[in-house]
Amino acid sequence: MEHSTTSEVTFTQHHSDAEFRSRVRKTTILLSVITIIELIIGLVIYKMHKGDHPSEFLIMLFKGVVCILTLAKAFYIVSVFMHLGDEVRNLIMTIIVPLMLFVWFIGAFLWDGGSYRKLRNRYHPVIETPARQGEHEKSDTATHPLD
Amino acid sequence: MAQTAVVQGKQWWAGGKSPFNVEYGKLMMWYFLMSDAFTFGAFLISYGTVRFSANSWPDPNHVFNAFPGAGHSNLPLAFVSLMTFILIISSVTMVLAVHAGHNGDKRGVSKWLIWTIIGGFAFLGCQAWEWTHLYHEGAWWGMNPFPNANGTASSTNFTNFFFTITGFHGFHVFSGVVINIIMLLMTRNNVFEKKGHYLMIEKAGLYWHFVDLVWVFVFLCFYLV
Repeated sequence: MEHSTTSEVTFTQHHSDAEFRSRVRKTTILLSVITIIELIIGLVIYKMHKGDHPSEFLIMLFKGVVCILTLAKAFYIVSVFMHLGDEVRNLIMTIIVPLMLFVWFIGAFLWDGGSYRKLRNRYHPVIETPARQGEHEKSDTATHPLD
Repeated sequence: MAQTAVVQGKQWWAGGKSPFNVEYGKLMMWYFLMSDAFTFGAFLISYGTVRFSANSWPDPNHVFNAFPGAGHSNLPLAFVSLMTFILIISSVTMVLAVHAGHNGDKRGVSKWLIWTIIGGFAFLGCQAWEWTHLYHEGAWWGMNPFPNANGTASSTNFTNFFFTITGFHGFHVFSGVVINIIMLLMTRNNVFEKKGHYLMIEKAGLYWHFVDLVWVFVFLCFYLV
């Protein structure tokens, strides 16, 4: 603890080897389990899409769960693997507070996209052409790029 | 240690020491990663905006259903989960390399760095296979053979965003591998041994974990939802 490698570091965190190993093992298992759950949910969504009457609400719910699980994974990667959780509060805040902009960023722009779709469908509906069967030639199939 | 932080807490901004308790290079690496997070965020959010503005969108489970050597069998999510696990495991080996660096263990650092580099190459190989496969199906920038989920003809937005964002991420993986190789050579040449600390490995590690972190979100946005 008294050992500091540069003058900028006032004190250093040192975990014992055993403590470190169990922490890394736990995090690895946790990340793997979350990924497997995400994959299972992904396959459930796939099966639901193939069904006759997919419930829009349930699909949205599952997608929301996957988003939350992804945020949990991101938290563990940043906090344990990148050791941000072990840093002093000042450093944590100087990283996390600017990232709060993402709350506005995501909300505003997804809302914008959804609103654009509604307005276009209402005032300038695009007649969508059905995709041709076995359409695999290398051609630009965009009927209305960025319409 | 927690007590130390509390006792020193009041004096963090009094001058004479870093209020963030890290060396300059590591702090700047954090700020760089934060700005890079905004770059990736802007890409993914613009993808989200365009997808939200479309009435229908290609179903990822129909697009990404191939596996090397599996012919035409329908295996949705299989290959991308392999890629995800490769990246998670290489992140773990990087944590172990950084820890070996804390202990000044030169052999440990180079062993775990080699594993991390192998993981990085494995991921890049997978991505190269996936891109080649999609290209042979007729997908590229400006070309989209996949119809929308509701059966209508799709725009090229899907492939444009897919290749741009996974390409930008793949470029980060590639530069991460290059950085790790440089770290390995420096370790082998006793550069850190002479310096007396392995803090450089920590900074390379931060970058590598960030690449893994971004993949978590790319995986979510393109393959899962």
